[in-house]
This record gives sequence, C-alpha cells and structure tokens, in this order.
Amino acid sequence: MKNLKGTLLSFMALGTMLLAGCNDKLTVLDPKGPQAQRQADDTMLLITLMGGIVITVVAILIFMLFKYRASKQSADYEPPHIHGHWLVETIMIGIPVIIVIFLSVVSVKSNYIVESTPQGFEDKEPLVIYASSSDWKWHFSYPEQGIETVNYVNFPADRPVEFKLYSFGPITSFWIPQLGGQKYAMADMVTTLNLAADNPGEFWGRNANFSGRGTAENMFDVEAMTATDFDEWVTEVHANAEPITEEKFNELLEPGHLGRSTYTGTHLEFSPAPHHEHHDDEAEEDHSSHE
Amino acid sequence: MKEFFAQFAIPHPSLLIYIAMASIVLGTIALVAVVTYFKLWGYLWREWITTVDHKKIGIMYLITALVMLFRGGVDAVMLRMQLAVPDNTFLDAQHYNEVFTTHGVVMILFMAMPFITFFFNFLVPLQIGARDVAFPRLNNLAFWLFFMGMGLFNISFVIGGSPDAGWTSYFPLAGNEFSTSVGTNYYMLSLQIAGLGTLMTGINFITTIMKMRAPGMTLFKMPMFTWSALIANLIIVFAFPVLTVALAMGTMDRLFDTKFFSIGNGGMDMLWANLFWVWGHPEVYILILPAFGIFSEVISTFARRNLYGYTSMVWSMVVISVFSFAVWTHHFFTMGQGALTNSIFSITTMAIAIPTGVKIFNWLFTLYKGKIEMTTPMLYAMHFIPLFTLGGVTGVMLAMSAADYQYHNTMFLVAHFHNVIIPGVVYAMLAGLTFYWPKMFGFMLNEKIGKATVWVMSTGFVLSFIPMYITGLDGQARRMYTYSDATGFSLLNMVSFIGAGIMTVSFLMIVWNIWYSFKNSPRNISSDPWNARGLEWATHTPIPNYNFAITPDVTDATSEAFWDSKKNGTKLFKGKIEDIHMPNNSGQPFVMAVAFFILGFAFVFSMWYLAIVGLIVILGCMAFRSLEDDHGYHIHAHEVEETEKKYAKKGGAK
Ligand code: HEM
Ligand SMILES: [Cu+2]
Repeated sequence: MKNLKGTLLSFMALGTMLLAGCNDKLTVLDPKGPQAQRQADDTMLLITLMGGIVITVVAILIFMLFKYRASKQSADYEPPHIHGHWLVETIMIGIPVIIVIFLSVVSVKSNYIVESTPQGFEDKEPLVIYASSSDWKWHFSYPEQGIETVNYVNFPADRPVEFKLYSFGPITSFWIPQLGGQKYAMADMVTTLNLAADNPGEFWGRNANFSGRGTAENMFDVEAMTATDFDEWVTEVHANAEPITEEKFNELLEPGHLGRSTYTGTHLEFSPAPHHEHHDDEAEEDHSSHE
Repeated sequence: MKEFFAQFAIPHPSLLIYIAMASIVLGTIALVAVVTYFKLWGYLWREWITTVDHKKIGIMYLITALVMLFRGGVDAVMLRMQLAVPDNTFLDAQHYNEVFTTHGVVMILFMAMPFITFFFNFLVPLQIGARDVAFPRLNNLAFWLFFMGMGLFNISFVIGGSPDAGWTSYFPLAGNEFSTSVGTNYYMLSLQIAGLGTLMTGINFITTIMKMRAPGMTLFKMPMFTWSALIANLIIVFAFPVLTVALAMGTMDRLFDTKFFSIGNGGMDMLWANLFWVWGHPEVYILILPAFGIFSEVISTFARRNLYGYTSMVWSMVVISVFSFAVWTHHFFTMGQGALTNSIFSITTMAIAIPTGVKIFNWLFTLYKGKIEMTTPMLYAMHFIPLFTLGGVTGVMLAMSAADYQYHNTMFLVAHFHNVIIPGVVYAMLAGLTFYWPKMFGFMLNEKIGKATVWVMSTGFVLSFIPMYITGLDGQARRMYTYSDATGFSLLNMVSFIGAGIMTVSFLMIVWNIWYSFKNSPRNISSDPWNARGLEWATHTPIPNYNFAITPDVTDATSEAFWDSKKNGTKLFKGKIEDIHMPNNSGQPFVMAVAFFILGFAFVFSMWYLAIVGLIVILGCMAFRSLEDDHGYHIHAHEVEETEKKYAKKGGAK
C-alpha cells in the first residue's frame, strides 16, 4: 500500500508544481479573437471531460488494487472464473459512445466555425492578406492596399482577416496562437485561414511546421490596430517605402533570416500565387479581389 | 579517386560524430577480435546466422531491439539536453534535425518493431502448440532483411550523412532541392529493405496462426497475445505495401528526379503525407495491439483470474484494426481540406477511443475478485493503465479537429504520442521481457531491482513528458532546436531534461538487473516459475528445438490450456512420441540479405555497377533456391524420448 500512497502524493505534488508554474495563462488558453476563443473553450471542455475519465479509471484501479491484493486474502482463496456480464459491458461501451457522440457534435460545429468568417464580423468585408513563406521568413502581401511586408503583419482590429497561405519552399504552417490555430502553407496550392482580433494588440506568430535548418527562428510579429492607425500606417508605407521589384524579391527569397522590411506594391503582380485553390468540400466563395 | 571518397564524407561533422566514428571502429575491431579469439565464428554461423528455429530468430530480434533502444535513447538524451536551457549551443540546428529524425525512425522502426517481432517469433508458435512457423526459412530471411535495413540506416551518420527531414520525411523538404545530402536516400532505402522483411513476417505469421494451431484450438480459444499477433500481422499485410510504394516513389524522386512529390511539374507534396499516414497510423496500431496482448497475459496471470470479457477484447481489436485505416487524415487536419472532411476524420478518430476504452475496462475488471500479486511484469501493467489512459484521452483532444489546429505540431502532440507509446508499447515489451525471461534463459530477473526500475521509469516518464503538454499549450512548437528565454518555456524544459535523466537511470537499471541476475539467480527453476496459464508454459526450460515432444491437444481446454491442465487435470499431451520433421538451416537468406544491403548502399550513392552486382547475387539466390531440393530432416522418436528423459530427471513440467 505504501506504493500507492507514494504515487498519489507524487501526483499531487506534481499537480501543485505545475499549477504554480503557470500562473499567467498559457498562450492557447489566453485567446484574443473569436476563432481562438472557440478553440480555447473546446480545450477547457475537453480537459474537464477527459480529466473525469482519467480520474474514474484511476479510482477503479486503486479500488481493485486495495481490495483484491493477494496479501489481504487467505492462502486458499481461489479467484472465480468470470466471463463477463452484459450490464457491465453495456455500460462500459455505452458511456464512451455517449461521450464520443457528444464530442462529435461539438467537433463538427467547431469545424464550421473556425472555417468561416469569425463570429461577430460577418457583416464586414474581410481584408485579404497573402502570407507566403520562403526559407525562413514570411512575406505578407496586401492586394487591396498595394503594399507588402516581410516578417510582420499589421491589420485593423475591426475587420476579419482572410489569410491566403502558400509557400515558396517546404510545407510550413502559419500560426498565431492567440488569434487561432494553424494551417499549412504549401507550394502547389493556396489555403485560407480566417482570423480576427477582438481588440487592438500585439501577438506573435510563427511557422509551426518543420521546414529545415532555420525553422526555429521562423517567426513574425503581429499587430492588430485601430482602423485609423492602420490607414495611417498604409499611407506612411506608400510615402516612405521602396517598391518591390522582381529583382529585390528574388533576393528576399534566398534562404536566410531577415529582419522586418516594407515595400509598396506586391510580389503577386510578377509572381502570382499558385493557381490551384485547395478545393474545400463546401462551396466556398472566393473573396480575393485581385487577378 | 578523391571524388569517390569525398561522397562518403559527412556534410556536417562535429566532435560528437568523430567520437561516435572512433568508438564504432574500435568496437567492431574488439568484437571481431573476441569472436576470433574464442573461435566463435563457426558457432555463430551454425547456431544463429543460419538458424530456422523461431526461438533463436526471436532472440536475435530481441538483441537488435535492445541495442536500438540504447541508440535511440542516447539520441533522446541529446535532444532533451539541447532544450534544457534557452539559447543552448550544445547542438546546432542541422545536428539537432538529424538527431530527432534518426531518433524517431530508430525508435519506431528499429526498436519497437523488432521488439514486437521478437514476441511474435518467440511466443506465437508456443502459444498455439506448433513446432515452428509456417515458413521457417522465410522467417530467417525476414530477420536478415530487417537487420540489414537497420544496419544501412545506422551507418548513415558516419558515411555520407544522416537524414534530416523528420521521421515523417515530408516532401518537398525531403526532396533533393532542400535535403541535399544522401541522408534521405538512406531513409528511403533502409526502410524499404527492412519493410520487405516485415511484410514477410506478416504473411508468415498469418499463415502460421491460421494453419498451425494445435488440434482443438478454435479461433476463439486462442490466447489473447496470439489474437493480437494475428490482427497486427493482418494490419502489416495491408499497410506495409503502401509504405513500399511511397518509398519507391520517394526514391525515384531523389535518384532519378521524377516529380511525384517535389515542387513543380505537377508534384504533389501532400500525396506523400497521405501515403505516409495511410501506412503510419495503422503502424502505431501494429505496435500497440501486441502490447495489449502482452498486458492481457500478464494481468490475467497475476490477478490469478481469467481475462474479463475475452470476446469483447477480441472484437475490440478487430474494430480497431478496421478503423485504423480510416483515420489517417487526422495527422494533417490543418492541410486546408475543409470542415466536412475534418469532421468525418474527427469522428472516426474519436470512435477508435471506444474499443480502446473497452480494453482498459476489461483489464480493470480482470482484477475484480482476483488475487493480485505485484510482480515486476504486473507492476509495469499497473503503471500502464493510468498512464496510457492519459495518453488516450489526450489523443481524443487531438482528434477534435478544430482544437487540433492549436495542438498540431506542438509539444502537446509530442507529449501525446510518447504518452501512448512509452507506457503502452515500451512498458509492455519490458513487462513481457521480464515475464518470459526465465523461459528463454533459464533464470529469473531480480524482482527487487525490477520493481525499483518500474518506479524510477515512471517517475522519469511523468517528469519528462507531462510538462510538454503545458509548454505545448503555451505555444512551444515541436522540432525547434532552440527557444529564447522570453518564451518562458525554460523551467518546464529543464524538468523534462531531469526526467529524461531519471529514465536513463531506469534503463541502466535493466542492464544492471540482467548482469546481476545472470551472476546470482538460481538456475534450478521450474519450467513454470510464475504459475502461469498459457500453453507456452507447458514446455520445458530451456525449450528443446522441437518445442513439444507430442503436439498438444486442447479440445478439452479453454483459451488457458495450461491452467486447465494444472487445475482440472485436463490432459494436453495425448498420443505417443513419434518422429519429428524439422527444417534444415540455411545460409542463403543471409547471403541474400547481405546482397540487399549492398544493393541499398549502392543506390544511396548511385553507384550503378555495385548495384548490378547486388542484384545479380539476389537473383542468383532466388534461382538457386528454386532449383534446390531440401526436405529437412527427422528427429527420431527414440532421440526425442532420450531428450525428454533428461528433462524428467531435471524436474519441471511433465
Ligand atoms: C485513443 C486513441 C488515440 C487517439 C484518439 C489518437 C489521436 C491522435 C491524433 C489526432 C494525432 C495527430 C495529432 C496531430 O498531428 O496534431 C495523433 C498523433 C500520433 N499518435 Fe495518436 N491517438 C490515439 C492512440 C495512439 C496510440 C495507441 C499510439 C501508438 C502506439 C499513437 C501514436 C501516435 C503518434 C506516433 C502520433 C504522432 C506522429 C507524428 O506526427 O510524429 N496514438 N494521435
Ligand atoms: Cu494517427
């Protein structure tokens, strides 16, 4: 029995330690936009439900181990031969089935939510930003504003943003955890990630998919701004930045890490995104305004 | 000439690699010297290399698995050491990438796979009362192909360079354009060769189990491990051909510049991911089902009770095997395939948790009214139940596709799969190893050290992997060789590193236990030291090469034939001793596997003349085999009787 108490104590100690270690909220559980909010809610629901399952199993296990230890029984006790019991087996299958059905419903709902325009932003025209990766940086093209940035992205907090993702090299995964989960960027197709921020704020984003030597540093800055700040920033870019030329862009594509930079015009004009939009199974409207 | 040798140089040398090189060379010289000094070459050739005895082939798989466990373990410690503190410079990015790639491949394909194959080989014929497998010589070939594949993979880091695109080897990263060393060629070819061996094992064991069961053993009287082996081998036969095709296409992309998966000319990178996971997801069930089988044997033995819900145990495995082919897309929910597809695969994935849960409850109810004895194998099983449940429920979390957008590619995922594979597969293998050790080697492992090992291992495991769930939710992506202090990941990563250190201690304790028990354990143990239940314990220890002098007849027994004979006096060995037909040893499979190794090596470096040599030897072996007459030999009844008498004098099972 000493062993069991030991385990319990060590699990409790561990639990306390972990809780103490994360006073400030974990990034994924500290959402700043509707998509991330839904994902964080699902996560909390899952942690509770799944925690319940683990506790049930551990409780039954501890009960069995306490009750039926050989050391607590008489030497001549012979365990019976038990095949099974229909009621026990029905419960044993039934409860998991119910849990899975419940989670399936939640899962399907969430899928449609994270794949569509963020809730609360339905009536606003989305801002389309092309986010393309090259070894090991991110290029953001704004066809509507006619500007392009490297390794940072600004957008207004009062509009939904439609990120159009693709890659100039290996598969990468575009991820801004506080605004929503990731999606792949690939060389042969364009994928769409719908995000929005509740309020102005600064976040970090990164490539989460392994894409070679420079992956660890493949990060970018994200800032959601007020509409006026955003417009001001765009005007400023038009006033100060150099235009992006094909030559300059090819230079940027060379493998390596770069800091932030800003250009007028977009590379989409001379180096368009892959043709093949990934065919989503639901008929999806194409919001992109260029071409 | 210079150019010729230059291609074998490693592109990213480091002190660690030079040390490894030196120790490989010294180790090989020492090994050759020892074998020569003790004049063991003949013995090795006659008794091991050419053997067709399933028990010996099993033990060769076991040795390979244990060696690879330590190779993969060293990799793991290096990875955790690199991440222990922020901005560490112990490994550079390239070296880290190579280490996590080889760690993954070695652990899944060259450690876990041979470990379960060891159990298939050693146990299945004994559990079904057979004298051998259906195709003994194919069995030898399967082992050597597997072994040569393993060897080819393991020389990559000293000749030409390691693969560095992850164990999943996603294209286009794994294509020539982005992965310029020969490392990924090694990956493609060594997995191909080892995979051929695995496919042969699959066919062999399905045939063995379907055709060679003892009289009276209906399918629903098979011991649970044999059931798990049957189903795992069926999955092998359906899944491995997909890997074969994918690897062949990948090899062509790399060697002949075809564009199946590479960028441009219609190459489809996600096609690789699909093919990989159509094999890869069933693969994790190939590993876990035999582990479930081992736990079932261990738990019913030490609860001193029959397995609760035998039929639902079997059906749950059948359901899992079918579903395992219908969930592969959950590995790339984030590919942009849309809400409908994600919903379908989310549901099929969660559905797998149901039969898995059924098994957990069956084990729990097997304890009910039992007489539980906490031996080392049982302690592994009792630690497995809660830890594996935790891994299973986090799998369900990952299966929620919308939420998985936040977990995918993070340490949360890494925590999940180690949480199922270590307490699931590794604990089962170690429990089974301890359980069957006396049957193989004639002495018991020390129980005190054994139990302490389990506790140390679980402590290390919890400290290593639970923190990763948290850093994952905090945004730590996987496969990143470094992070900055500002992320706040450092404390938990340090805890992980300490956990990895504690796990290392537990593995060293296993080595110590083997050594200690080899020196000190008594040798006069009976052939049934655990008071166990299955037919495999009705053999003598050590097991004679013919396994059973008389083929057992289990018509009157249940799935626990040996237990029935002990408790109810059911007669297992009816009839009398007769001549026994046995297969001959053969050196051909070994020669052929060596030729495959040469062929693989030649392909890695595009050395076509050498490839042709390898190919000719392979075809030559096949031609020779098809013209050869080999009828095996007989052990005559009187020889068998004499052997049996010797055992009778020693005591043990009747
Ligand atoms: C309750 C049953 C299980 C469920 C619902 C489940 C679910 C999942 C899901 C959804 C993923 C993909 C997550 C992602 O990439 O974001 C995953 C990954 C993985 N699972 Fe499981 N799983 C289960 C059991 C197992 C078992 C039994 C094993 C092995 C013995 C296993 C091994 C793995 C591995 C190796 C990966 C990651 C592969 C990689 O990307 O490197 N899982 N699991
Ligand atoms: Cu899977």
